Amino acid sequence: MALVNPSFLQEVKASKEFNATACMNCGVCSAVCPLEIDLLPRKLFRYVLLGLEDKVLENTPVIYQCLLCKMCEANCTADVNIAENIRFLRSYIGRKLYKL
Amino acid sequence: MPLPTGPVIGIMLDNLRKRDSVFPISRRKAVKWAKDLAIPVGGETVLYTGSMYQLLPYMIAAVNRMGKLENTFLAKMVGMGRFFNRMINVSNIMFRPRGSDHKRFGSIIRDIARLLQQAGVKFGYLYKEELYAGALAYDLGADDTFIAHARRVHSLLKKHGVRSLITIDPHTTNMLRSVYPTVLPDFDLEVKSYIEVLAARENLRPRNKVEGPIVIHDSCVYARYEEVIEEPRRLLERAGYTVVEPRDNRKLTHCCGGPIESLFPSMAHQIGVKRVEQFKKVNGNRVATMCPICMATLQQATGGALEINDISSYLARAFCEPGGNGKPASAKDNRSGL
Repeated sequence: MALVNPSFLQEVKASKEFNATACMNCGVCSAVCPLEIDLLPRKLFRYVLLGLEDKVLENTPVIYQCLLCKMCEANCTADVNIAENIRFLRSYIGRKLYKL
Repeated sequence: MPLPTGPVIGIMLDNLRKRDSVFPISRRKAVKWAKDLAIPVGGETVLYTGSMYQLLPYMIAAVNRMGKLENTFLAKMVGMGRFFNRMINVSNIMFRPRGSDHKRFGSIIRDIARLLQQAGVKFGYLYKEELYAGALAYDLGADDTFIAHARRVHSLLKKHGVRSLITIDPHTTNMLRSVYPTVLPDFDLEVKSYIEVLAARENLRPRNKVEGPIVIHDSCVYARYEEVIEEPRRLLERAGYTVVEPRDNRKLTHCCGGPIESLFPSMAHQIGVKRVEQFKKVNGNRVATMCPICMATLQQATGGALEINDISSYLARAFCEPGGNGKPASAKDNRSGL
């Protein structure tokens, strides 16, 4: 079961950095990813937009595995700032989970 | 067990906060490359290395050590390492770089400076005062630490009256040109990569004959973040080489894997191997990189099968006198700055 965390959702909505509402879930990002990670970024961004903090935190290793190489962004048909979104999630996890 | 992400990041950020760099580096060794090049201290235009090439020997040592801990029970000890690292400089004890690596990366910066001198570009250097630009902290999302560090860099540049920067690697270029202005509203310095500066200098002509194919590896950051794409090709061609494109090139270049080397060494190596396979499928066994991280990762991935060098090494062979200080024979075209 996945739980919606309203405070997480609020932080996402208040953020200037995170924006994935234009994502059409087409999957090109996953297809071109050099890491061949199925999750990133389309499913991950769904979790974020739905406020499913548990699901996001479960995928912490994958979020830090992202190369920020922007291959996905260069091929994204919806012009989503994927690398910046990943950085936002790292910032959130760094504060929330690792107390950095 | 994999390396614990939180403590590994924590060690690097603690180092940046307390010791000005993600891996504490010897400032004496960091400036050794400039010996006998007669580069003035400071000035309106400075060559800003951002210590990236100087950091690589430490990163290589760290990755080798961390790679051995990865997937062993010892990985758990990293958390304890962070605790002690706050008090004493554990990184310096744990990660001892090889002297040959210092020499290798230092000679690249030396070649870059010699190329700029050869092209008649006037520039200074901040020597031991120069600071790392903070790219890793930014990429890891450690915004508070990054912004505090960026302020320190900006204060240093203001103190020296610097107006324009010539950078030598894509990460420092990206930080100073595209990221700093978004977090420091009054950061208005002109920032150009030495590759862009050299490409614009038509007076830079080859002094030695070079030829043959060079396979070009675009850095993700130069190609997709900073759009530095045609300049390195123009320089290689002007030098006399034939530029060969691997399957993934220009804006669609393939990452070397290096950005995750410190957290996931095995995975980074696999990505590097995939990229090397693309090089092997085209004509030419010499590869040019433009980023110290790409060079180190790909050299490790190729296992000696290909000659992978920084682009500046190939360019220096054509444009500079062997072993010379690179100063132009005539001072006719000594235009100042960029």
